[in-house]
Amino acid sequence: MLAIRRLAPMLWLGPAVALIGVVVLWPVVVMVQSSFQQIGGEGFVAGYNGTTNYDNLFHEPDFVSVLLRTLVWVVAVVGVTMLISLGLAQLFHQKFPGRRVTRWALIIPWAASVLMTALIFKWALDPNVGVINVILHHIGVVKQLGSDQADWLGNPTSALIWMMGVAVFVSLPFTTYALLSGLQGIPGDVYEAASIDGATSWRSYLGVTLPLLRPAILVATLINVINVFNSFPIIWEMTRGGPGYETSTSTIYMIDLKESDVGQAAAMSVFNFLLVIVIVLVYLSTTRWKEQVAR
Amino acid sequence: MITTTKPAPPLPATARSAPRSRRPLRTWVIAIAAYVIAVIFLLPYLEMLFMALRPNNELGLATILPKHWTFSNFTTLWSSGLGGSIGTSLEIAAGATVIVLLVSMPAAYCTARRRFRGRTGFLLLVLATQMFQPAAMLVGIQREFTNFGLPPTMSLIIVNAGFNLAFAVWILNAFFSSIPAELEEAAMVDGMGRVGALLRITLPLAAPGIVTALIFTFIAAWNEFLVALTLSLGEGTSQQPLTVAINNYIGEYSVDWGHLFAAGLVATVPVIILFAFIERRVVSGLTAGAVK
Repeated sequence: MLAIRRLAPMLWLGPAVALIGVVVLWPVVVMVQSSFQQIGGEGFVAGYNGTTNYDNLFHEPDFVSVLLRTLVWVVAVVGVTMLISLGLAQLFHQKFPGRRVTRWALIIPWAASVLMTALIFKWALDPNVGVINVILHHIGVVKQLGSDQADWLGNPTSALIWMMGVAVFVSLPFTTYALLSGLQGIPGDVYEAASIDGATSWRSYLGVTLPLLRPAILVATLINVINVFNSFPIIWEMTRGGPGYETSTSTIYMIDLKESDVGQAAAMSVFNFLLVIVIVLVYLSTTRWKEQVAR
Repeated sequence: MITTTKPAPPLPATARSAPRSRRPLRTWVIAIAAYVIAVIFLLPYLEMLFMALRPNNELGLATILPKHWTFSNFTTLWSSGLGGSIGTSLEIAAGATVIVLLVSMPAAYCTARRRFRGRTGFLLLVLATQMFQPAAMLVGIQREFTNFGLPPTMSLIIVNAGFNLAFAVWILNAFFSSIPAELEEAAMVDGMGRVGALLRITLPLAAPGIVTALIFTFIAAWNEFLVALTLSLGEGTSQQPLTVAINNYIGEYSVDWGHLFAAGLVATVPVIILFAFIERRVVSGLTAGAVK
């Protein structure tokens, strides 16, 4: 009887563990295994080849620049997203007529598929007829439609900046909402105390709001880092990572590798994966989540 | 005029520094800033609508708005098998949602009600899966599910269920935890039995959480692109999910923008409306595991 009671939770959790095992854990095993195999384009396994895939990967001429670009991509997109979201959360935390409707507008890029948002911006940046270029032409920023200047996605630097903008745009809703829920958790009397002490609104923001918002900021940052690192549709649809690999992040690079060399793509995935785990573990240790989950 | 439309809300006694008359002006400045930002968030999707309504012979015209408006993109959309894609996407999203609910509800209930060995381990496992994304393990997913040899729709149902399980477990765990166990016990004393108490007391009280998990999973599976693109490669358009079908409008040399955005609207509008229902609760599901 006692044994049955002990085993009962397994019955309740079993299906969940099985699903996680099949969909999340087993692919990791397959991925690690594939990274030590030579695999043809059709998925035919020619056999184990030791660390050849890793050797080849680390000697790819684009490897280092792709990693550096990934770092810039993640830091810039997450950083700018957090800064703008802090402002947006502060704004939408205020009471004003029509707040509910404006918040609905805010969620659209979150609810819509990132694929669609990326395609809208790809179209809007079309050098000849894209609406952003048409507007920029009207106000005199773009001198000539169809010129090199209007071909934002043809130049690696301007393409990256625009794509970072799109990545920020689709990350803002979740981040703002996460910070808004953090703001709602701050009791009002904390501010009263601060204003009695004569703190100006800016001082009380820095001294009271930001420290109390820290858990929300940490969680939103972590979730954003993971999302932005793994971001696929924006770069894929807008530049395919090109010209060459000049606008590829490591996720795009891995997916491109998958077309030519599955084993090496697996090695790249394992590498990306370890990178993400390192980031997560650093976070777990700095914020001591384990105790909090256990409650 | 702006300053007189709204009476000043009563000020707390401590906020004596702000004069009464400045409060409504400040409110309106905030409101207008928020309206402007809302419009900015809306604009890209309005452009999608304008493009869908633009006649094909105006695609090369450098104008902000089309000169003429047409619905032809929407009426000719269906001849390319888009109806089949919508059906496939519905199948995948609904299938994934059903699996997620069936699997997450017992797990969330059990971890909310009981303390047992392995509970923390399980919750950490769930938290860890939230950190994993399909893009990071695409090679593994592709090789595993190619080996299984299931039809792509089936594979996509399972993959989407797996990657959205964490959200459902967290949000349901929070809801079940907030329902006092005494309520169930009282119902059982009244002769309902354990199952009756669960069905008639606990589940209705957890309904908002269940609806949130349901809609969130549905939307995530509906919008998923990368795994869908990888696993449904080589299928006919009507067998491919909507996101992949939309991507197919991009040809090697030209893009069928009119149909692409018309299909995009069909794919996007229902999802935005659904999302508005769960808007307030989504964040807690995404961050609960981390901040608890």
